[in-house]
Amino acid sequence: MSTHADTHAHDDDHGHHHKETFVTKYIFSQDHKMIAKQYLITGTIMGVIGVIMSLMFRMQIAWPEEPNVIFEALLGKWAPDGVMDADIYLALVTIHGTIMVFFVLTAGLSGTFSNLLIPLQIGARDMASGFLNMVSYWLFFLSSVIMVISLFVEAGPAAAGWTIYPPLSALPMAQGGSGMGMTLWLVSMAIFIASSLLGSLNYIVTVINLRTKGMSMTRLPLTIWAFFITAVIGVISFPVLLSAALLLIMDRSFGTSFFLSDIFIQGEVLHYQGGSPVLFEHLFWFLGHPEVYIVILPAMGLVSEIMASNSRKPIFGYRAMIASILAIAFLSTIVWGHHMFISGMNPFLGSVFTFTTLLIAIPSAVKAFNWITTIWKGNLQLNPAMLFSIGFVSTFITGGLTGIILGDSALDINVHDTYFVIAHFHLVMGISALYGMFAGIYHWYPKMFGRMLNKNLGYLHFWVTAVCAYGVFFPMHFIGMAGLPRRYYTNSNFPLFDDLANVNVIITIFALVGGVFQLVYLYNFFSSMFFGKKTVQNPWKSTTLEWTAPVKHIHGNWEGEIPHVYRWSYDYSKPGYEEDFVPQNVPLREGEEELQH
Amino acid sequence: MDTTVVNTGAEEKTWGGGNKPLNASYGKMMMWFFIVSDALTFSGFLAAYGFSRFKFIDYWPIADEVFTHVPFVHGNYPMIYVAFMTFILIMSSVTMVLAVDAGHHMNKAKVTLYMFLTIIGGLIFVGSQAWEWATFIKGDFGAVETRGGNILQFVDAEGKRVALSDFVVAGEHERVEHESKNGLWFVDEGTLPTYTMQEVITGFESHPDLAIRTQTINEQGHKTVLSREESIKQLKANGIGIVEGANLRHNEYGTPLFADFFFFITGFHGFHVFSGVVINIIIFFNVILGTYERRGSYEMVEKVGLYWHFVDLVWVFVFTFFYLV
Repeated sequence: MSTHADTHAHDDDHGHHHKETFVTKYIFSQDHKMIAKQYLITGTIMGVIGVIMSLMFRMQIAWPEEPNVIFEALLGKWAPDGVMDADIYLALVTIHGTIMVFFVLTAGLSGTFSNLLIPLQIGARDMASGFLNMVSYWLFFLSSVIMVISLFVEAGPAAAGWTIYPPLSALPMAQGGSGMGMTLWLVSMAIFIASSLLGSLNYIVTVINLRTKGMSMTRLPLTIWAFFITAVIGVISFPVLLSAALLLIMDRSFGTSFFLSDIFIQGEVLHYQGGSPVLFEHLFWFLGHPEVYIVILPAMGLVSEIMASNSRKPIFGYRAMIASILAIAFLSTIVWGHHMFISGMNPFLGSVFTFTTLLIAIPSAVKAFNWITTIWKGNLQLNPAMLFSIGFVSTFITGGLTGIILGDSALDINVHDTYFVIAHFHLVMGISALYGMFAGIYHWYPKMFGRMLNKNLGYLHFWVTAVCAYGVFFPMHFIGMAGLPRRYYTNSNFPLFDDLANVNVIITIFALVGGVFQLVYLYNFFSSMFFGKKTVQNPWKSTTLEWTAPVKHIHGNWEGEIPHVYRWSYDYSKPGYEEDFVPQNVPLREGEEELQH
Repeated sequence: MDTTVVNTGAEEKTWGGGNKPLNASYGKMMMWFFIVSDALTFSGFLAAYGFSRFKFIDYWPIADEVFTHVPFVHGNYPMIYVAFMTFILIMSSVTMVLAVDAGHHMNKAKVTLYMFLTIIGGLIFVGSQAWEWATFIKGDFGAVETRGGNILQFVDAEGKRVALSDFVVAGEHERVEHESKNGLWFVDEGTLPTYTMQEVITGFESHPDLAIRTQTINEQGHKTVLSREESIKQLKANGIGIVEGANLRHNEYGTPLFADFFFFITGFHGFHVFSGVVINIIIFFNVILGTYERRGSYEMVEKVGLYWHFVDLVWVFVFTFFYLV
C-alpha cells in the first residue's frame, strides 16, 4: 500500500481541488462525470429529433398523402398544404437512421456510460487524458450541430438512406438531398469519427492502465468489459467508414470514379468509368456491422450489472459473459456480407457469410441464457431499471430470432429490404439498446445527479414503452413477410398492399402513443434533476466502486485514497454476511474464500 | 482499511490492477491504438484498390512502363527512382530509431542530430513524391481514348512506344482553350490537347511501321499489339480524343481508376508523411530547447517515432501493391 502513490502518478494531478469557473465546470469541463452528462443531454436532444422524425414518416405511411397540420407546422415548404413531399420523406428516413444509430445509440449511450462508469467503477481519478476526453465531446457536439444544420439547407438534407449508397450519395446532382445536404452529412460524420476515435482511445488506455489496486481483469464489472471491447471495435471499424467517406468525397467533388461507372443522366454520358458501388457497400458494412455491436454491447454490459444487482444474485457465468463479448467482437468483423446477399454476391461467398453470421447466435444465446439464469430464483427488485433490463432481454431475443432468418442467405433474399428487416434490427439493436440506455439512466441517475428519478413515472414510462414498442415492431414482421418494401413513400399505388394499410395505421398509432409517452420520461428526467428525492450513498445496495464515491461530485472522485479492491463485483447474497451484498472494497475475512467465478 | 495493510489477492498478477500491465504510459498506448485505427483506414484503401484492380485484371497498366523516369536523366529506368525514395524513407526510419535510442540514454546532442536527419529524409521523400506526381501528370507518350473509355497507345515495328509528337504534325487550331477570364466560370474547360483526332489519324496513316497497342494484357504478360489494318480500323472507328498525361478523369497509361487510386493512396500517404515531418520539426525544436531534458524523459520522441515507423511501414505496402505486383 505504501507504493500506492507512485503507481498512480495521476492521483496527484486530480486529488486537490482547483478553483473552477462556470465555463470550466459546465462547458469545457475535463471531468469525466460532467462530460458523461454532456453526452447524455446532447444525445437526448438528438434522440428527440430522431423520434419526432420517425413519428412524422409513420403518419405519412399510415395516412398517405393526407394533409396534416403537424407536417405543415414542422416541414414548412416540404409539406405544401400539409401534404408531405416524397423527397422529404426519404430525407426523414435517412436522418432518423443516422441520428438514432450514431448520435443517440453510439455517442449518447457509449459516450455517457463509458465516461461515467469507467473511472468510477475501476477506481480511477479520471480518464487517462481529460483533455482529449473534452475534445472528443466537443467534436461530437460539433458534428451534431452540423447534422442539424443540414436539415435546413435549401435542397433538403441527405436522402440516400443512412447507408448512403452511391450513386445517390456520390452524384451531387442525383437528387435534392445529394447536394449540400449530403456534403454536410459527410462532414458531420467525419468529425463524428474523429470524436469516436478520441473517446475510444481514452476508454481503452484507461481500462488498461488506471485500474485501482486489486482490480484485476476478472474482477471488473461486466459494464467495463463491454465498454472496453466496444471501444476496441470502434477503433477497428470506424476508420474503414472514414476510408469509404473519403473516397466518396473524392467521387463527389474531384471527379474520380471509385464508386461510379457508366452513368447516364438525361441521355448524357458522365465521364465516370470503372468504379463499383458494391465496393462502397463492402467498405460501409465493414463498419456497419460492427457498428451494431458498438450499439448493443454497452447496453448488454449495463443490463448485466443491473440484473445482478436487482436480483441480489451473482451474475450467472461471469467468465462466459466475458468470453461471449470477445467472441461477438471478433465475429462482428467477419459477417458484413450478410447485408449484401442480393448485391450479386457469389452464392458460395454468401454461404460463408451465412455461416459466420449464424455463429454469432452462440455467444448471443449464451448471454441471453445467463441473464435468465441470473434472475432465476433471485430476490427480484422490480424497479424501473430492472424492468427495462428484462425488457432488453425480451426484445433482444425476439429480434435475435429473426436474425437467424435474415442471416441465412437463402431466406434473406425473400425478405430483403422489407419491413421484416426493419422489425428485426429495430428490436434487436434499436429498442434493445434504447432499453439498455433507459435502464442505465434509471440505475445511475442518482450517481449522475445526486437525486432519484420518480419511480411511479418510471413504471408508467416502462409499461407504455414496452407495449408500444412491440405494438410497432411486431406487426412489421407480418407486413414484411407479405412483401411490403421499406423506404417507400407511399404504398397506395400498389393494390397488392391494400390489405396491409390497416396494419400500418395500427403501427402508427402505437408509435404515436409510445412517442408521446416519452414526454413522461423527459419530464421525470429534467424535473428530478432539481426536485427529485435526494439519494443516499448506495441506493441500490450495489457492490461496485462507484457507490463508494461521495454523492456530491468532486474532481478526482474520491476524497483521500482510492479504495482498493479485494473481490469480484458480484458478491451478492454471499453466505456468512448479514447484508446481501459485499462491496468490492471490503477485504476478505479471515478464512473467507474469494468466490470462484 | 486505510490503516491496515491487507492483501488484495491480485498483487502478483500483471493484470491485477494498480500498475501498468503493458509497461507503457497511456500516451504511448494511445499512439499504438491510433496506429491500429489508421492502419485500418489504409487497409480500407488498399482493399478498395485490390477490389478494383481485380475487376480489371486483364487491362491494368503495367507499373514498370509507367514509372520509368529519373530526374535530370533521360532514358528508361523503371522503378529506379521509387526504389530510391523507398530507400530514403526506410533510412529515415533507421535514424529515427537511433534518435529514440539516444533519447533513452538522455543524449541530447545525438537526439538532435538524428531527429534532424529524419526530418531531412522525410522532406526528400515528400519532395520526390511531388516530382513523381508532376511527371505522372505531365505524361509520357500520349495516347488516344476510345468511346468505351479504353486507351490506345502507339508502338513502332519493334514494339517500342512512340510518342504522339514523333509522328503527328500539329496544324492550325481555331479553338482556343476556354478559360474563366474569357467566359463564364462554368464553361471553363480542361486543357485542350496539342493535336486533334484527325491529325493523329493522318500522322498514323503516313507512318506505315506504326501499330496500336491496346490495354489488354496477353498471355505473355504484355499488352496486345494490333495488326496494321486493325489499328487503323480501331483508331478511326473508336478514337474520340487525345489524352496526354493523367488526371483524375483521363489517364494515358490505361484505366482512369489506376490514376485515381495512384493519386489518392500516394496522396493520402504523402499527407501522413507531411504531417509526420511537421510533428518531427516541432519535436526537434522541443529537443533543442531542452523540454525533454527538463522533463527527464524523451518519451515524446518515442511516440512520434512510433508514428514515423508506421508511416514507413504503410509505404512498404503501398510500394508493394502499387509498384511491384
